[in-house]
Amino acid sequence: MKHNITLIVNEKSYTLEVDSQRTLLDVLRRDLSLTGTKEGCGMGDCGTCTVLLEGRPVNSCLTLAVEADGQHIQTIEGVAQNGVLHPIQQAFIDHGAIQCGFCTPGMVLSTKALLESNPHPTELEVRTAIAGNLCRCTGYDKIVKAIMSVNP
Amino acid sequence: MQAFDYFAPTSVDQAIAMLAQHKGRGVPLAGGTDLLPQLKNKLATPAALIDLKKLSSLRGISYDASSGLRIGAMTTHSDILANRDIAGHYPVLSQAAGTIGSVQVRNRGTVGGNLCHAVPSADMAPPLIALGATAVIQGSAGQRELLLEDFFTGPNQTVLKDDELLVALKVPPAAQRSAAIFLKHGVRKAMEIAIVCVASCVSFQDGVCAGARITLGAVAPTPLRARQAESLLSGKALTQDLAAQAGTAAAQEARPITDMRGSIEYRRAIVQALTSRTLMQAAALAR
Repeated sequence: MKHNITLIVNEKSYTLEVDSQRTLLDVLRRDLSLTGTKEGCGMGDCGTCTVLLEGRPVNSCLTLAVEADGQHIQTIEGVAQNGVLHPIQQAFIDHGAIQCGFCTPGMVLSTKALLESNPHPTELEVRTAIAGNLCRCTGYDKIVKAIMSVNP
Repeated sequence: MQAFDYFAPTSVDQAIAMLAQHKGRGVPLAGGTDLLPQLKNKLATPAALIDLKKLSSLRGISYDASSGLRIGAMTTHSDILANRDIAGHYPVLSQAAGTIGSVQVRNRGTVGGNLCHAVPSADMAPPLIALGATAVIQGSAGQRELLLEDFFTGPNQTVLKDDELLVALKVPPAAQRSAAIFLKHGVRKAMEIAIVCVASCVSFQDGVCAGARITLGAVAPTPLRARQAESLLSGKALTQDLAAQAGTAAAQEARPITDMRGSIEYRRAIVQALTSRTLMQAAALAR
């Protein structure tokens, strides 16, 4: 079953025709070529596919594209503005919180949503906010330090 | 995923008509955090998904001191965590909602979806049953209500007919000098399916236990009231010894299986410990 949908991705509107069973992740990567959003487990466990849907982190692998019709989506491509990294991205670089980089887009978006609602989180709040984003390189310590260092 | 049709009805009646029309081949879609993995693994192969997200009457929380709490079935776990009435009057629901999945999962997953998928480890079932919650069900034949503890009929099975939706949960006002505690045991703190979870709600009168509801999760085909354990408590002062005895009784009542997450013996030992702990913590809170 085909659906005509509109996705507002990084403040740009896209009108697309999609089948019911296509995930938001798949449409972002294949149809819009926004490959910053990664596919890890595909089952909602690893968080590499995290995007902000109406400002809140969700697993785009567990969201159908048609469910997101008419909604605002932010991906990692929309975080830096005019070629200037967001303070969260800069903090990740400064603290060595990136190694292979596969989890980073999801980590940055989960962090962005956290800091927008809670600008000065405790370490426990930080760890809770990124509990759905798995990193197999850093051991989390540098990521947590990077997030705690951001002064929004 | 194999192909399916997708519909997003804008009224509950329309959703029920669509479910009736599909005769069991149409599946309600709530948050999708359980359903999408099932579709991807081909454990579910519906002809159509009936998305409930446009049914705004199914989402939201209302509280009144005389009638209690009403939670719409499409209320997300994040909505529950953010609600002040729940934090103030029914904190056991926040405790349970906070252990589900991750922020991403809690932002999409709903209390109705958690209950209707009816996995034996569903985290919201034990605390709601311990609080005496009622399920409000709507279908082609109209509305009916039943105790949530009678809602589950087996793993992934409930009393819902093909053309029925769970629309809300109603929780009665908390009794004077009562408190409830939820504890979950898993290997990790996040993204974890319970090996065992227990919710206990205890009320006191004149220093003795006036009533208790103890509900066990992940140790039987459905969430299970530990009635033997409950009956040990009534009319007695809730001491550490008595809580331990109730834990032992609950462990006997549990009907766990051995699987990748734990053995029968291990699960019984955890039921004993968590039951006893929930009772002591609830007693401390109620005083």
